[in-house]
Amino acid sequence: MCLIPLGLLLWRGTHDGLGANPIEFITHATGDWTLRFLVLTLAVTPVRKLLGRPQLVRFRRMLGLFAFFYGCLHFLTYVWLDKFFDVQAMLADVAKRRFITIGFTAFVLLIPLALTSTAGWIRRLGGRRWQALHRLIYVSAVAAVVHYYWLVKSDIRLPVFYGALVGMLLLWRAVNRRKAAPASASRTTQPEPAGNG
Amino acid sequence: MWTSGIPAGEVTPKSVYLNRRRFLGAMGGLAAGRAAFAAKLTGAKSPYSTSEKQTSASDVTHYNNYYEFGTEKTQPADLAKNFKTVPWSVSVEGEAGKKQVYSLDEILKLAPLEERIYRHRCVEGWSIVVPWIGFPLNVLLRRAEPTAKAHFVAFESYYDPRQMPQGKYAGIPLPYVEGLRMDEALHPLAILAVGMYGETLPNQDGAPIRLVVPWKYGFKSIKSIVKIRLVEKQPPTTWNIANAHEYGFYSNVNPEVDHPRWSQATERRLGEFLRRKTLKFNGYGNDVAQLYAGMDLRKSF
Repeated sequence: MCLIPLGLLLWRGTHDGLGANPIEFITHATGDWTLRFLVLTLAVTPVRKLLGRPQLVRFRRMLGLFAFFYGCLHFLTYVWLDKFFDVQAMLADVAKRRFITIGFTAFVLLIPLALTSTAGWIRRLGGRRWQALHRLIYVSAVAAVVHYYWLVKSDIRLPVFYGALVGMLLLWRAVNRRKAAPASASRTTQPEPAGNG
Repeated sequence: MWTSGIPAGEVTPKSVYLNRRRFLGAMGGLAAGRAAFAAKLTGAKSPYSTSEKQTSASDVTHYNNYYEFGTEKTQPADLAKNFKTVPWSVSVEGEAGKKQVYSLDEILKLAPLEERIYRHRCVEGWSIVVPWIGFPLNVLLRRAEPTAKAHFVAFESYYDPRQMPQGKYAGIPLPYVEGLRMDEALHPLAILAVGMYGETLPNQDGAPIRLVVPWKYGFKSIKSIVKIRLVEKQPPTTWNIANAHEYGFYSNVNPEVDHPRWSQATERRLGEFLRRKTLKFNGYGNDVAQLYAGMDLRKSF
C-alpha cells in the first residue's frame, strides 16, 4: 500500500499527468511523501501507546524504510533529473543553498537508520545504542520540515502544518519521557504482552 | 515600421466580441478553462519576435503563478474560470497631462495589434516562449502626456477577495503592484498584452490585459491591470514588499546574480528535459543593456 504513491507517479508519467513541469512535479511529490512517511513513522509510538495496541510497532520499521525510500527517490530526482549528475553544481548547491544543505542533512541522517533497521542490528548494537541511534529520526524530521519551509516562496501553510505535526509528535515524547519505564529495546521491537503499555 | 496594422475585417467587432463572451459564459464555460471565453485576435508580425519554439498553449494555460487564484501552479486554470473580466477599465493617472479611464475596447483601438513571440523567464527557474498579442506600452504612455516629474510608471492589478478567496493565503500583500522606470516603460519591447496564441488572454494568464516585460523575471509582468499611474518616486512592487532581500525593483534576468536561495545560472524550458543556460536580460541584452549602463546590477537587482 505504501507503494501506491509511487504507482500513482508512474501512472501519471505514462498518461501525461505530470503537468507542464514534470521534473518539478516528481520532486515535489517524492518530497511530500518522504515527509508524510516520516510523520507516520513518528506517529506509531504515540498511537500504539494511546490506543493500547503495542502490536502496531510492526509497522514502524516498514513506514520508516518507506520514508527513506521516497527520500532516495526525491534525492535521485534532484541529482539526476534536475542536476543531471553535475557534481560541481550539486556541491555548490549544498554549500551555498541553505535549504539544499538541510535537505541533504535530513536525507543523510536516514541512511544509518535504514542500514540498521533489522533485528540483527538491534542485537549487534545493543538495545540502548540502537535506540539512541534511531532517535536521529527526530533530527531528520525537523530538518525535513525546515528544508520545506526554506524552499517555499511565500505560501508557508504546508511547511507550517508539517512542522506542527512533527512538533506535536516530538512534544508527546518529551512529555511521556518522565512517565515511561526505563528504555528496554526488546520491549520496543517485539510484540508486547497484552496489557503492557 | 509596419503600417498595415490589422485589416479592418480581422479585428473582432466590439459587439461580436462581447456577445461571444456572454454566450460562452451562458453555456457555463468549457472544461478546458482556456477556450471558454476566448475570442480570436490577430497581430501583425514583429521583428522583436523570437523564432524559438513556442511552448504549447496547454502548458502555458495550466502552469501559472497567479496567487490570487491559488499558490499551486495548476490552481489558477481552475479557480479563475469565473473571473469576471467584462466590463473592464484601466485608469491612467498621476503625473499625466491627459488622465483617462479607458474601457478595454478603447484600449484595443489605441494601436494596431502586434504578435510578439517572447521568451518569458520566471524567477523560480523555468521559462516558456509565448506568442503574445498586444501593442507597445509607450503608445498608451505617450497619449497620457507624462509631465516632467513622471520618472516611473506604477501598475496595479485587480483584486477582489470575493472572486479571489485564495488571495489571503498568497503570502504576499494584495492588490498586486508593480513598477518600471520610465525609460524601461517606454522601451518598444515592453508591451501591454491582450491576447496569446491567437486568442484573447485566458483568465489564468492575466485577462483581459497585462504587461509583458521580457527582459525581466516574470513576476514583473503584472496581470489583469486596472491602474497605470505615472509617478515621481520609485513605486512599491509586491514581491519587493514581501521579501526585499530576494526580489529587487529591477529584477532583470541575470545568470550572474543568484537568488539568495537558488542559482539563476540555468533554467528549465518547459517541454525540454535538460536545463539550459540562462541569458543575461533573457537574451534581450542587445535591446536593453544600455538602459543599465554604469549600474551595479548586483546592487540594483
